[in-house]
Amino acid sequence: MRILYFAWLREKIGLGEEVATLPPEAATPRAVIAWLRQRGGGYAAAFTNEAIIRCAVAQEFCGLDTPLGNADEIAFFPPVTGG
Amino acid sequence: MSVTGGGLMHNILVQEADFDATAELAALSAGGAGAVASFIGVVRGAAGGRSLAALRLEHYPGMTEKTLLALADAAASRWELTGCTIIHRTGRLAPGQNIVLVATASPHRAAALAATAFLIDQLKTAAPFWKAEEFSSGEVEWVAARDADHAAAKAWP
Repeated sequence: MRILYFAWLREKIGLGEEVATLPPEAATPRAVIAWLRQRGGGYAAAFTNEAIIRCAVAQEFCGLDTPLGNADEIAFFPPVTGG
Repeated sequence: MSVTGGGLMHNILVQEADFDATAELAALSAGGAGAVASFIGVVRGAAGGRSLAALRLEHYPGMTEKTLLALADAAASRWELTGCTIIHRTGRLAPGQNIVLVATASPHRAAALAATAFLIDQLKTAAPFWKAEEFSSGEVEWVAARDADHAAAKAWP
């Protein structure tokens, strides 16, 4: 799975993207967050408060409980602020 | 990129370079559309009473272009448009510099004005861009999403 981080999540984690093999239980964005948080350090800091984190699976916005299915890309970021 | 969506040619660009609004509007007018409306977002000189040195903008390459194309398609399906241009800049932008251009062409002014307002309202809450404010004091803070922007985007029926 390609995992991308943007804005302050990228800064706290210290990288913009990585490729990781997810465990079977990491089947939703919320479960991926829980798995990443266990790594501690910047991951724990970035994922302290799930309520302020948004995500996209296969480049589509989705809720944290959406099944990942066969997607090969997931992104975590704060609410968008363009324009 | 120039991309065709819904049978209409959209001009969708995400770039660090500035844009030439005059040239972009001339391109939209060239077909003899009748009406061209535009919105330009520009970096403010201050935020919350604090002097701003620059904005830093980042985006999600790939998803951004897909999202902007889908918004342009949505506008073209709601209003009679003959052209649609969305150019959004990224990188470090100083006060007074252009951030975004949204422009639409139509045979009718009401359609061009409404479609342009729709596009910038939707872009602000749907396109994956993030802004950080670099203050003159040296502090850098990520901009928080505004409830008013979400209300404006949702207000479109």
